[in-house]
Amino acid sequence: MAGVLGTIADPALRRAFREWLLRTADDELVIGHRHSEWTGFGPDIESDVAMSSIAQEEIGHARVFYEQVAADEGGDIDGLAFGRPAEDFRHAVLLERENDGWEFAIVRLVLYESFEALRLRLLEASGQEPVAGLARALLREERYHALFGETWLSRLAQATEEGRRRVQAALDRAWPEALGLFEGTEADDLLLASGLLAQPPTSQQAEWEGAVRAVLAPCGLVPPEEAPKTGGRRGRHTADFERMLDQMTEVWRSDPEARW
Amino acid sequence: MVSGRPDGVLARDVWEALGTVKDPELPIAITDLGLVRGVRVTGGTVAVRLVPTWVSCPALGVIQRKIREVLGSLPGVREASVEYVYDEPWTLERMTPRGRERLQAHGLAVPACRFAEPSSCPFCGSEDVVVESLFGPTLCRATYLCRACRNPFERFKPPAEP
Repeated sequence: MAGVLGTIADPALRRAFREWLLRTADDELVIGHRHSEWTGFGPDIESDVAMSSIAQEEIGHARVFYEQVAADEGGDIDGLAFGRPAEDFRHAVLLERENDGWEFAIVRLVLYESFEALRLRLLEASGQEPVAGLARALLREERYHALFGETWLSRLAQATEEGRRRVQAALDRAWPEALGLFEGTEADDLLLASGLLAQPPTSQQAEWEGAVRAVLAPCGLVPPEEAPKTGGRRGRHTADFERMLDQMTEVWRSDPEARW
Repeated sequence: MVSGRPDGVLARDVWEALGTVKDPELPIAITDLGLVRGVRVTGGTVAVRLVPTWVSCPALGVIQRKIREVLGSLPGVREASVEYVYDEPWTLERMTPRGRERLQAHGLAVPACRFAEPSSCPFCGSEDVVVESLFGPTLCRATYLCRACRNPFERFKPPAEP
């Protein structure tokens, strides 16, 4: 598959779009890895398989976006996924957080999937092939993740008062960093000015909040009034990510030239 | 003409060879599943374009390798490329009636068009069924329980309609 970046003539614009592709790939890889930690530990066998499948899909999605970057640079995708230092990753901090209970995993899943659907629509509307077509296909897949997350969210929050309280606490913890999903950089300004992106992330945020509140409200859940916690899009990550990266890349680092 | 085999004839051979490649996770040929988007033959050089059902399906690489193998041993093929394309998403309409029948015979229910439409039990035909899990043993299958005959069953799960 030919890379999308080779078709963008302006070097600054190409760098900006590369940034977007990396952000997307890193988000998917990191949340995919966190989801995969539920394999063998889910609350029931169906959820265990579901979370493992979602992990498999997200990591597969990361792969196709890394392929787009690698097609332009001649590198290999394992090098992109496992060979970069923490500060070169562009995912939002929310996604690297350790799985602090099933309720946190579900809240994060719901908040992220809603964001991801909006971002894929932007990529689809960019008209940059093959990324636009890829985004169109992925939108159809992500829908099932959202359904799974929303079903669990209402099940947890509407069961008992303790359930609702614990989900609300997870939401309070996740919310400021979920707002960080929309953190913009100079790359966004460039892409907006060129018309490659039809909408700034900030305007997507309002749409996201509307969609997410519509899911939360029937469950009796209210997002806290807090300022966004950002930094991930600029490579500023937490100790949670240092630990995760160390573990995730351990096998690859043992022999970076190996072919698996 | 280097190969001595007209492109039109070779294209037919290529389609026939593709019909022998099975999906490793489903008991049907990739041509019945509707994975083949197009075949182009130019002077013995073959280009096969595929569309994945699920982008993260672990069988994609296996299918690609199997196609290269069968095309590599096909007389007249000088060079073959096999790539996945995303210009149009895969939908259930791409599955052939034969593919559907074989999956049904295998005990896998297949929606007519969309996953959201009501399902029926592949064993007793009852529509009194419930979803056990949207995520079954492979990315393209969901698990169900038939309340009439009490059998668990699987149903083919296409990517959702937008």
